[in-house]
Amino acid sequence: MTLHSAKIGQPVSRIDGIAKVTGQARYAAEPHPAGMLYGFIVNSPIARGRIEAIRDEAARAVPGVVEVMTHLNRPHSALFEKSYMDGLGVPGSPYRPLHDAEISFNGQPVAVVLAETFEAAREAAMRLEVDYERWPHNADFEASLHQKYMPGKTRSNYVPPKSRGNAAEAYALSPIKIEGRYHLAPEHHNPMEMHATTVIVEEDGTFTVWDKTQGPQAVQAYLTSALSLSKDQVRVRNPYVGGAFGSGLRAQHNVFLAVLAAKMLNRSVRVTLTRQQMFTHVFRPEAVMDIALGAQPDGTLQSMIVNGVTDTSRFEHNMENLVIWGLINYKCPNATADYKVAPRDTYTSSDMRAPGAATGVNLFEMAIDEMAYACNMDPLDFRLHNYSDIDAMHDMPLTSKALKEAMHEGAERFGWQNRPMAPQSMRDGKDLIGWGMATGIWDAMFSPTSARATLTADGRLHIATAASDIGTGTYTILAQTASEAFGIPMEMIDIELGDSTLPECPTEGGSWTAASAGAAVWLACQSLREKLFKAVGKSGNISAWLTEGLSNNTTVLKDGFLQDKGADENLRLSLSEALSLTGQDRLEVEETAKPGLRGTISQMRKARFTHSAVFCEVRVDEELGIVRVTRLVNAVAAGRIMNPKTAASQVRGAMVMATGMALHEESLMDERVGRFMNHNFSEYHIPAHADIPDMDVLFIAEEDPEVSPLGIKGVGEIGMCGTAAAIANAVFHATGQRHRNLPITPGD
Amino acid sequence: MRQFSYSRPDTLDAAQRIPEHTRYLAGGTNLIDLMKSDVERPKHVVDLNALSMSQIEERPDGGLRIGALATNADTAAHPLVTERYPLLASAILAGASPQIRNRATNGGNLNQRTRCHYFYDPDMACNKRSPGTGCSAKGGRNRIMAILGTSEACIATFPSDMCVALAAMNATVNLTGPEGERSVPLRDYHRLPENTPWQDNILRAGEIVTSIDLPPLSFGPHHTYLKIRDRLSFAFAIVSVAAGLQMENNTIRKACIAMGGVGTKPWCVPEAEALLEGKTPSPSLFRDAADCLLQGAVTDRDNAAKLKLAPRVIIRALSQAAAGTPQSQTQKTIF
Ligand SMILES: Cc1cc2nc3c(=O)[nH]c(=O)nc-3n(C[C@H](O)[C@H](O)[C@H](O)COP(=O)(O)OP(=O)(O)OC[C@H]3O[C@@H](n4cnc5c(N)ncnc54)[C@H](O)[C@@H]3O)c2cc1C
Ligand code: SF4
Repeated sequence: MTLHSAKIGQPVSRIDGIAKVTGQARYAAEPHPAGMLYGFIVNSPIARGRIEAIRDEAARAVPGVVEVMTHLNRPHSALFEKSYMDGLGVPGSPYRPLHDAEISFNGQPVAVVLAETFEAAREAAMRLEVDYERWPHNADFEASLHQKYMPGKTRSNYVPPKSRGNAAEAYALSPIKIEGRYHLAPEHHNPMEMHATTVIVEEDGTFTVWDKTQGPQAVQAYLTSALSLSKDQVRVRNPYVGGAFGSGLRAQHNVFLAVLAAKMLNRSVRVTLTRQQMFTHVFRPEAVMDIALGAQPDGTLQSMIVNGVTDTSRFEHNMENLVIWGLINYKCPNATADYKVAPRDTYTSSDMRAPGAATGVNLFEMAIDEMAYACNMDPLDFRLHNYSDIDAMHDMPLTSKALKEAMHEGAERFGWQNRPMAPQSMRDGKDLIGWGMATGIWDAMFSPTSARATLTADGRLHIATAASDIGTGTYTILAQTASEAFGIPMEMIDIELGDSTLPECPTEGGSWTAASAGAAVWLACQSLREKLFKAVGKSGNISAWLTEGLSNNTTVLKDGFLQDKGADENLRLSLSEALSLTGQDRLEVEETAKPGLRGTISQMRKARFTHSAVFCEVRVDEELGIVRVTRLVNAVAAGRIMNPKTAASQVRGAMVMATGMALHEESLMDERVGRFMNHNFSEYHIPAHADIPDMDVLFIAEEDPEVSPLGIKGVGEIGMCGTAAAIANAVFHATGQRHRNLPITPGD
Repeated sequence: MRQFSYSRPDTLDAAQRIPEHTRYLAGGTNLIDLMKSDVERPKHVVDLNALSMSQIEERPDGGLRIGALATNADTAAHPLVTERYPLLASAILAGASPQIRNRATNGGNLNQRTRCHYFYDPDMACNKRSPGTGCSAKGGRNRIMAILGTSEACIATFPSDMCVALAAMNATVNLTGPEGERSVPLRDYHRLPENTPWQDNILRAGEIVTSIDLPPLSFGPHHTYLKIRDRLSFAFAIVSVAAGLQMENNTIRKACIAMGGVGTKPWCVPEAEALLEGKTPSPSLFRDAADCLLQGAVTDRDNAAKLKLAPRVIIRALSQAAAGTPQSQTQKTIF
């Protein structure tokens, strides 16, 4: 069998697929060091107050219980709040697990029971008695709106909205207006794998921490700072992550508590959260957006006014880029937006897949649909009519925007041209049929990333970077990148990810990993090849064809062999032979990709986004109001697509999640106690298979050498943006009834 | 989950001689879940699976007996059930998932507990779980709670789908216990919460459900199980209706109807059935039946949607039954 190099752009199947489906892939809760203890967290049943007393006799009496760790007996951890800051940079006072007696959210860990078995730990946790002094709290979002504010210090990635023209006046003068309050329920990430940490106490006393995280180096930094450890005392590993959707962006309390317990008892410890406990930390904030739009009768937008609020905790100011998207994406001479956060006594909301945009784009696109109808204009035509070729908010050119092409190609695939304008005009039996569309937009980000490439004596190429594959296909696309960049078959490549000791890579999130880690790997492979050629050239006794080729620059590395361009297949040298010629047993390089490859492309003063056009068909039972999504087409313009197979899976997965946003997912807050009550998979409804139709994902050709070194934009989140709005808009087209609250559930 | 003793007796007799704080284990899909959540805290778990109670057999009267240990999946797939009691098969298939139905038994289905969020969370007050602590669901997040048969003490639904069909068909539950055997109409098996919501049903200590009898009954094609839920599969009912009609020349001779998702027990109103009998199907007749079924409904903070949906679901289910077009549980279109 001859092995061929894979190319970027080929639909290669996941290289880690077999390991995953055969159970070979190790997740955070799977290592089993000798003598490991199981930790079970006890959560506060109150939202605010203080612990008055802890009675642990009954808990300690359970056979197998080793310790009940509370704020009273825990080992020393850092005193200052700033030591608990994590990479996400949420301003405020981060929560310090088991720090003191004060309770500031329902579900807050108050103790960790450590036992020889999971069962004993759980039983003891149930037998722990804690008395609380209750303080008044507010966990009601509506009520918290009265206290909304703009944080003094903003999150580092916050993009303040920028006004243009005079939106209020233009709105007043607009002959056609719509105005409304749009609302999104809070949602929980609920990745399949629950958050878990296994801490292995190594023989030399250092900790190897297997954690479910999107950023092993961020967790390492957090642990060293919060627990006053040095960097070489903590190694964090996450080679496999069973989904995260943003829940693994921050170091969650399980990792802190597991290491704290290991420190206290000098024993290996595992702490896993139950599904119920997955509702005690991060969630997508609840949001309201007050949107007012003004237009001319011909459908020309005159004014956009967007005021939005998302919730945060009382102790941190989580912020989202909620209100900016319409201002960026639409041409409109007058626009203004305002954003605030509303505090409630819960844990801090956090980033969930396409944070800000999943909420802000979808709710805004529902308003745009209303405006199109107010102007009696086809919603697609309306959007084309108000199309902006630039970032209209910053008045800045874009590296690329193939949204128009996405709209046309998506519309054609869907058959949009046959759509009757009037709602309630298509039916089949008792079902009303509706077609809706929306556009999506999301950042195309890039973060400096390092990667190492090593050639070993067996002729294999090893790639290493501290990136995390949270199920997106990072292993696979990096192998493809290395294969093309180095000229070696995928089968001869080993990819190592998810380890804090590897070359620096930012936390996985924001859809930047493909572009950033991809560029770093590309760079490292190119540089390794040059190094190899140089070393081979310097070694004395090589064949004439090679000497010649190297000096003429006609030697290439192809399918794992050094050979002359276009020359006879027999004149070639395998990588292991080449390496042995150099007299070394390995060659290694580490490179860092910056916004321009090797810094050659200067960072342009240009804005960069991914775009999409989503088309949806729903059927709504006329009497019962039951909505079924029957068709979804998503045309995505995301620069260069590294692997259409894994990329389409990303977009489809996000479309499923967005279907949940539109029709199912809602964390039900009981504000009387500050707890989300449907804290299990039986009652927190994510879509079932029956809810999801065949989905059609199209990638629009978009060449964009400026956006990132390899022309990649990333596809992990764009599928969230617009899909929920397309569904809601289709429901309107079917029924003539507008819904401004998501999710739309039976009986609404 | 707390420590418990486990035994697996192989005679009914031994299974009935049990100490206090015992729970029977059948498929475990509900009991084990509740033990893990610290809601059920039995000191003893008596596994029924060594008993032979999984038969599905014809009765001399032409009816059918289904064993308490027959799984939901086997019951729904049994030829005698699919041919003669398709309404029951349909209701079972509308519930849970194939994996759960493979494990869940008929006896367990009858005795499963409510899905009330507050019942499931030991940190919350709940009269059903901890008598006398109060009912957190009242005034709380109660979109899924009942609107019929509620009391000051409890507004939780009984969540089974299967039992809705059994109630519609007037099945009988066969029990055996220390005081002997008895048979109870399914409609009387589950209790209203009143002021003792911790008693879900009339089962006494040491009593075991051995089987369920279905009366000889045929609706031909005139039956349906219509279930409305928050997603198209794998969710409990917001509103469900089991309806079976015996039709004769476009006249309803006999009507059997029960509702799920709305009541604290499978909801049946004999007056509503009587009202349909002897009449010709029509939308206004069905509306009258709906009004009758929903008499006395009370909504709380979040569950008004149930009252809005319920009459429409009743009317649609009765229309489906009258037309002889039962709802498919795989094809999600509602006809
Ligand atoms: C995720 C999920 C979704 C579900 N969705 C649905 C749904 O949509 N519709 C629906 O109807 N159901 C649904 N169910 C519930 C399911 O049908 C029940 O859990 C199941 O029927 C219980 O049967 P079991 O044999 O597993 O009972 P077990 O869990 O073994 O027992 C349940 C109770 O019944 C008692 N018991 C069992 N057998 C006997 C007997 N012979 N005599 C006396 N007492 C007995 C036990 O002591 C226990 O208290 C769902 C369950 C889950 C976990
Ligand atoms: S409705 Fe019933 S089960 Fe639910 S909290 Fe109230 S008493 Fe408990």
